[in-house]
Amino acid sequence: MSKAPMNINFMAARKPLGILSLALVIISVALLLTRGLNLGLDFTGGTTVVVKSPVDVELSQAREDLAQAGFGDAVVQHYGSPKEVNIRVAPKDDVDADKVGHNVFNVLKEHNADLELLKVEFVGPQVGDELRDESGTAMLLALGLMMVYVWFRFSNKFGVATVLALFHDVIIVLGLFSLVQWPFDLTVLAAVLALIGYSLNDSIVVADRIREDFRNSRQTDPVAIINGAVNQTLTRTINTSVTTLLVLVALYFFGGEVMRAFSEALLVGVAVGTYSSIYVVTNILFMMKVSKEDFMIPEPEEVDEMP
Amino acid sequence: MTRYPRWKFFLLLAALVVCGLYALPNLYPDAPAIQISHSEAGGEVSDVARQRVLGALDDAGLSHGDGEIVGSSLLVRMGDTEAQLRAKDIAAATLGDNYVVALNLAATTPQWLREIGASPMNLGLDLRGGVHFLLQVDMDSVVKSRMEAWEGTAKLTLRDAGVRYRAVSVDGTTLTATFADQVAADAARAPLRQALDKLAMQPAGDSPKIVMTLNETALKEMQDYAVDQNRTALNKRVNELGVAEAVVQRQGADRIVVQLPGIQDAATARRILGRTATLEFRLVDNSVSSARLRSGMAPPGLEFFPFKGQEGRIVALNKSSIATGDQVIDAKMGFDQQNGQPEVNVTLDSDGARRMQRVTGKNVGNPMGVLFIETKTDVKKVIDEDGNSVDQMTSSTDKYVINVATIQSTLGSRFRITGLDNPAEASELALLLRAGSLAAPVSIVEERTVGPSLGAENIEAGLKSMALGLSLVLVFMMIWYKLFGLIANVALLGNLVIIVGVMSLIPGATMTLPGIAGIVLTVGMAVDANVLIFERIREDLRRGLSPRQAIEEGYARAFTTILDANITTLIVAVILFAAGTGSVQGFAVTLFIGILTSMFTAIIGTRAMAEMIYGRGARAPSKLSI
Repeated sequence: MSKAPMNINFMAARKPLGILSLALVIISVALLLTRGLNLGLDFTGGTTVVVKSPVDVELSQAREDLAQAGFGDAVVQHYGSPKEVNIRVAPKDDVDADKVGHNVFNVLKEHNADLELLKVEFVGPQVGDELRDESGTAMLLALGLMMVYVWFRFSNKFGVATVLALFHDVIIVLGLFSLVQWPFDLTVLAAVLALIGYSLNDSIVVADRIREDFRNSRQTDPVAIINGAVNQTLTRTINTSVTTLLVLVALYFFGGEVMRAFSEALLVGVAVGTYSSIYVVTNILFMMKVSKEDFMIPEPEEVDEMP
Repeated sequence: MTRYPRWKFFLLLAALVVCGLYALPNLYPDAPAIQISHSEAGGEVSDVARQRVLGALDDAGLSHGDGEIVGSSLLVRMGDTEAQLRAKDIAAATLGDNYVVALNLAATTPQWLREIGASPMNLGLDLRGGVHFLLQVDMDSVVKSRMEAWEGTAKLTLRDAGVRYRAVSVDGTTLTATFADQVAADAARAPLRQALDKLAMQPAGDSPKIVMTLNETALKEMQDYAVDQNRTALNKRVNELGVAEAVVQRQGADRIVVQLPGIQDAATARRILGRTATLEFRLVDNSVSSARLRSGMAPPGLEFFPFKGQEGRIVALNKSSIATGDQVIDAKMGFDQQNGQPEVNVTLDSDGARRMQRVTGKNVGNPMGVLFIETKTDVKKVIDEDGNSVDQMTSSTDKYVINVATIQSTLGSRFRITGLDNPAEASELALLLRAGSLAAPVSIVEERTVGPSLGAENIEAGLKSMALGLSLVLVFMMIWYKLFGLIANVALLGNLVIIVGVMSLIPGATMTLPGIAGIVLTVGMAVDANVLIFERIREDLRRGLSPRQAIEEGYARAFTTILDANITTLIVAVILFAAGTGSVQGFAVTLFIGILTSMFTAIIGTRAMAEMIYGRGARAPSKLSI
């Protein structure tokens, strides 16, 4: 709550952190290429059944019952509580593929009459393929449009820096999803797209201030100018992250199973995005040797517009 | 300091009042109700029927609402879900087969709010429970049957034109007619072109044949027709199921979305939706020997079919039909007045009736059979020669005779089908007949069923996380920005009211669990605008500006940045809406609306409040509580 402007020497740590970022991105890309994402039902096709029982459900018993009924490959897991069970069956080249969900439920109900059907999701293989393609396109389209927007907004080194920071964030979040094999479904895709918007915005605020300070400051040392700009926007950067993280924590704990992966993606994403708006943007600006000369030609855009 | 324009205050106030009013209905919980509609599409519920139902409910000692007409159906509110279930059975028993009784929820929005058109938000299936189906229309089989029909037309045309042909054959979308010589081929050209106007004729070659292919436009036309006819038929079937607020919509080129909110018995729903059933009325040939019937070798012009429910009984039917299921206008279940057996009363259209009359008139005393044809289609993945995974549609058809009866007299547009096992079978057959035959087989390619208790759990989870997230943000802003934090908080709450109001006002907008997450996320991100503004004000104060100047400058300088923040997220929301399905689209919608409304409240709203506290009317402040 201090009202004195902060003056932390962020740039002192920029080199080791730059190397860390680079390493994280490389590891993430390697993970995505080798291990891949644990794609959810939306993208692979198949069937998911969620059932609820008044008493705790023994998974081994459920597995055995299902195996006897010909669902030996079913993945049976508790879903949030020991009373709820999630059964996932891989897509089958079977004429009655769309009935698998109801058959699974009937098998389990035979052994537990009080079982309640909470949810059945069946996604045909071709729908899964399409959703996967569409989602990939959506993510690339979002990134592409962000680049176009940034190009309009900056059209110089700042554009490159903010876009690279954006890729940095998205790749690391996807890398983490690959590492811990959290399920990646449509809701997580929604989270990643929301992150694209959030992360870019965060970087733009910092980049904007750096540009403004380059223009207005009498300082000539880029390190000092950038450090100053980061410090000036620091409270804002942190406060916005904190309020967003607060609602995400609420979603994580109370949003139920459906929103868990969504909030995980955004929790990590917002944290990484905050870090990248401070360090990745600035590191790239240094790498491109940004200097006061970059702003000698006045831009047609006026930064301080009236509302 | 410039004067803050008064119209902005009024704009704010107007937006809050209007959105607040339209958000109000969401506070009234839905009441369990039964919905009664006429089983014929477009049929009205008569006042007599209404009185009978209400009377029967009174007799059963159930307290109920007066029953109001919503659209073309009657909605009767019940006290609780138990009474609702009993009332459904009572109403169904009272009204019989002409009416469909369904469980529904009735909004309890007060009259004065309903008069201004206010209603609660639509809840998605993940919040209210229900079934979502994505059906795919099997175009290959549509093309196949159409080409086969055209093959027949081509032969007839050539015969009528007196042109002798060697062969007419169909391969995929190509029809080929071969002739003995070029003279015959040339003579056939004009009549064929005229008779088959959907097919494009290829230029004459050296060999004496005519090749015609289905062009893209005609193919697309056929597809549109098939999907539309399916959609209409499905719509009728869904109405027959008695589902309130069901959705049947075309999606993309060859798919149809069916959403049945509140349906608990997904198995029945899918059984009705997933199959194509039709009837054919054909003459029976009793002259075939039983040995021949057992051999399965049908003589020319006849076909053998099993008789349903009678093991080993085979019936020989004429190959050509007298009338088909698509000529059926109406089919109702009833009971034979003599023996009490279930029956279906069928009404044919004029074409069907004319043909029925002609054929039965010549065949009084002969038997007529009813052939039931049921088609089921499924899609499976197969690996083709190149090792690619491709989709293959397989359809299986069940054909069996369900009834054989002697033609007692010349039949017209109305007649009965008897010999059904039980009332349930009769009513299902009647339902399928009424719903009309589907133009093309459909298969279920996606299903999402949410049980009603999970829906309620999801609503609770959404509201809980919203309440917690919101309180955390409110407390944080209060501590960090003091009075200005309070201003931001009031704006945030106003924003929530506006989001709910706008969501309730847009007829197509649907709230889903990810949609609630979108609002929760908006709560966290919306204060960003205020954080930006307040930080600028603090900075300006440090630079030595007067409080009023600092406010002015802070709002002005933060504006571009706020705009940036929101434009990037708006772009993302639009993409997500285009790419996502169902519940994820709900997220995109609330994110989009939330961003727009938060800009309004966080910039104009907080500014107005700051002006009221520190503006012209007040004494010039010496310091700001920020």
